[in-house]
Amino acid sequence: MSGAHLAVRGIAKSFRGLRAVSDVAFDVPGGAIHALIGPNGAGKTTCFNMIAGVFAPDTGDIRLDDRSIAGLRPDQICAAGIGRTFQIVKPFMGLTVEENVTIGALAHTPHVPEARAAARRILHELGLDDRRGVRAANLTLPDRKRLEVARALATGPRLLLLDEVMAGLRPTETDQMVAFLKDLNARTGITILLIEHVMRAVMALSQHIVVLHHGEKIAEGTPQAVTRDPAVLEVYLGQEGH
Amino acid sequence: MTKTVWQRLTDGVPARALGALGLLAALLLAAPFLLRVMPAGDYWLSILILVVYFSYIGQAWNIMMGFAGQLSLGHALYLGLGGYVAAALYVNLGVGPWLGVFVAIAAAMLAGGLVGFLGFRFSLAGVYFALLTIAFAEFTRILFDHFKWVGGSGGLFLKVEADGSAFNLQGSPLLFYYVILALAAAVFVLCRWLLTSRLGYYWLAIREDPEAAQAAGINVLRTKLLAVLISAGLTAVGGVWSAFYYKNLFPESAFAMGRSIEVTLAPIIGGLGTLFGPIVGSALLVGLGDLFTTLAEYLANTWGIKAAGLKQIGYGVALLLIVMFRRDGVWPWLARHLGYDRRREEKP
Amino acid sequence: MSADPGQFTLTLLQAIVMGLLTGMVYGLMALGLSVIFGVMRVVNFAHGEMMVVGMYLAWLAFDQLGLDPLVSLPAVAAALFVFGYVLQRTVINPFIGLPEHMQFMLLLAVAILLVNACLAIFGPDTHGVQVDYMFDSFNIGPLVLDAVRVYAALAALVVAGLLWLFFTRTRAGKAIRAAADNHVGALVVGLDVRQLYAVTFGIGAACVGAAGALMLLIVQVHPFLAIDYTLLAFVIVIVGGLGSMSGALAGGLLIGVSEAVAGVLLQPSLKSVFSFGLLILVLLLRPQGLLARRS
Repeated sequence: MSGAHLAVRGIAKSFRGLRAVSDVAFDVPGGAIHALIGPNGAGKTTCFNMIAGVFAPDTGDIRLDDRSIAGLRPDQICAAGIGRTFQIVKPFMGLTVEENVTIGALAHTPHVPEARAAARRILHELGLDDRRGVRAANLTLPDRKRLEVARALATGPRLLLLDEVMAGLRPTETDQMVAFLKDLNARTGITILLIEHVMRAVMALSQHIVVLHHGEKIAEGTPQAVTRDPAVLEVYLGQEGH
Repeated sequence: MTKTVWQRLTDGVPARALGALGLLAALLLAAPFLLRVMPAGDYWLSILILVVYFSYIGQAWNIMMGFAGQLSLGHALYLGLGGYVAAALYVNLGVGPWLGVFVAIAAAMLAGGLVGFLGFRFSLAGVYFALLTIAFAEFTRILFDHFKWVGGSGGLFLKVEADGSAFNLQGSPLLFYYVILALAAAVFVLCRWLLTSRLGYYWLAIREDPEAAQAAGINVLRTKLLAVLISAGLTAVGGVWSAFYYKNLFPESAFAMGRSIEVTLAPIIGGLGTLFGPIVGSALLVGLGDLFTTLAEYLANTWGIKAAGLKQIGYGVALLLIVMFRRDGVWPWLARHLGYDRRREEKP
Repeated sequence: MSADPGQFTLTLLQAIVMGLLTGMVYGLMALGLSVIFGVMRVVNFAHGEMMVVGMYLAWLAFDQLGLDPLVSLPAVAAALFVFGYVLQRTVINPFIGLPEHMQFMLLLAVAILLVNACLAIFGPDTHGVQVDYMFDSFNIGPLVLDAVRVYAALAALVVAGLLWLFFTRTRAGKAIRAAADNHVGALVVGLDVRQLYAVTFGIGAACVGAAGALMLLIVQVHPFLAIDYTLLAFVIVIVGGLGSMSGALAGGLLIGVSEAVAGVLLQPSLKSVFSFGLLILVLLLRPQGLLARRS
């Protein structure tokens, strides 16, 4: 399975007259790992939600391998090959870890035993083997984050949208997640777009970074180039002081 | 795909629990003959019929609420519609209930489809959706009050026929007992089957978190609609049975809010979303109802204390206590104590 | 229906005015439901039962002491306040924030207890009050207004006004509104939320108790009215906007008029077709209520 090419073309979104995202455009080539960064309220999650189909962009287009997916429902987007995680994790609380991931895997097979086998493979890869029979409600936050990734992966995506999956993880756990995603990308060629505040992870993972501020793209380029960009420094140093 | 149906249905169920279930099935099959030798056996059979009936419709309702998480407080709509359609076909056109039941199912599914589609299309959830289901049931009640073809508010009556036979669902309580028992057993197996299917997993996902379910590729509207359709269709069969069992139908009772509430009691008290919840809940509630009736009679006969409503007060107190102290229902608690739970949750 | 168009218009106008008057009492009843939901997010499925308890208390005051319901109203409201306060503290409080079906089942049990306690104590027969002004009426132009309805509506207006003063002018009232707007915020600023919830449930119960006393001037009471009033209160608060106080009052007027007009245009037995039709439309098209601002 190879990664899909995501092309975001001038998308914009307003909520009750307030511009959340205006005219944002970027590309994520098949098999690449890109990051979307920016201060809180920059419009990152709004961008994600438009790509994932939670709401349609007011203007502009989103294409996956040259097929327009703007305005499709989330389940149609999932079927088109995009898996996503939620910034505030949304596991199926009353169900076990294995059931959670099995539900994801049922996206590409109607047979429950097959889906369950697929779920077990993914849980093994993410080191959640020993949590299989635990109800999601009883998981720790790091485990919930991993479960979120596992469920998204189980749907068999060619593009993975990860919304702050490292937030709240300890440094060693972050490193594990980074290593897992790198390995996943190398093995399967899956395309990854991540929103992340943990810069260590962003620098270690992504080949290309898009920076949003007040809903607009203010810079993009390699991690090295972006971190030297005066506009980016202004936003980060001016606002957050680090 | 070498697994047999039996394996699929019993996967992960403790052997002890299967054995107990087999015993229960055998007991229920033999019950009418065991009761015959008991004093007041006919009375106890009528009580048992109620238990099985409420567990059947509770199971049907549970598909919508316990599995898919959609609260319906208007299931009298499907019960009443099912009963009226089959009874009217029989009384007015001479179409027998074994054929009429399919028309009844279709009618209830149509009604359920309408309620579900409107509610889900306009994103109603929780109490708002529940109120929509009540509104449709009440609306239908008023319409049927003025629907002369089925007798209007004067009611629709099924004659007791001399040549009545099982072919037109006429006969002794024994016939009705075995019919409802077969239905209850069938719906039990069906629910277990559904829970092990993709559809079942999808329902649970939607119940737990609709947004995450949709992101995982589930067409939420269609999946919820399927729950309503299946639940409404199954409920309508219960409505047909009940219409022919009681042999009369009035809009005031067939579509009553109280009847809708009755449907929800057993599965909630027994344990929402569980297969045994509706059965245990039904046995408990019918049993309590009978207990308090006996108690009220005893009070009246022995102490001369006569008051309407006494038995319901006892019933209400019991209900309140169960709800307060067994919030998740009686069955999950009972199963843990009996060691019958599937131990889905292993300790981390 | 009369063939004379002028006569028909008059009949209709008469029905509308009657509906408005009854609607005031409906509004007060629904207000209680709305206050409780607005603050606690609990749907009181025992609301109609509490209404019937209020009606019986007012009847008792009339039967035993000869008190006019307008006179016994404060006492009935106070009794229901205490009942609501205690009920919240002991039974309902642990269920706040739990899934709706659990709250539903809990309040259903409360409803069964209340209605059957009434049945056991007062029996299944209807009871009404005979006040001296029972057959009095006011003539305004060609319209004839029943005195009982006018007094009931005025009293409902007074109670609603007092409630409005309480919520806007007193510390406790403002605190309750704050808790309704922002539960976490109320916790942060150190309000005793448990106490506020109990007071709120008491106020909701007092409202519906007062409405019950007033309703007894218009209709006779029997235990099985309860479920109809519960349904009616649901319809009104949804139409007016669940959790909105002014919405509940306006919804009450609207449903009062719609019932009265349906009684004239259609058969009386079809009078709630309008209400339920309206409920379905509002649920689908404007679930935040007809009168609420889109938030």
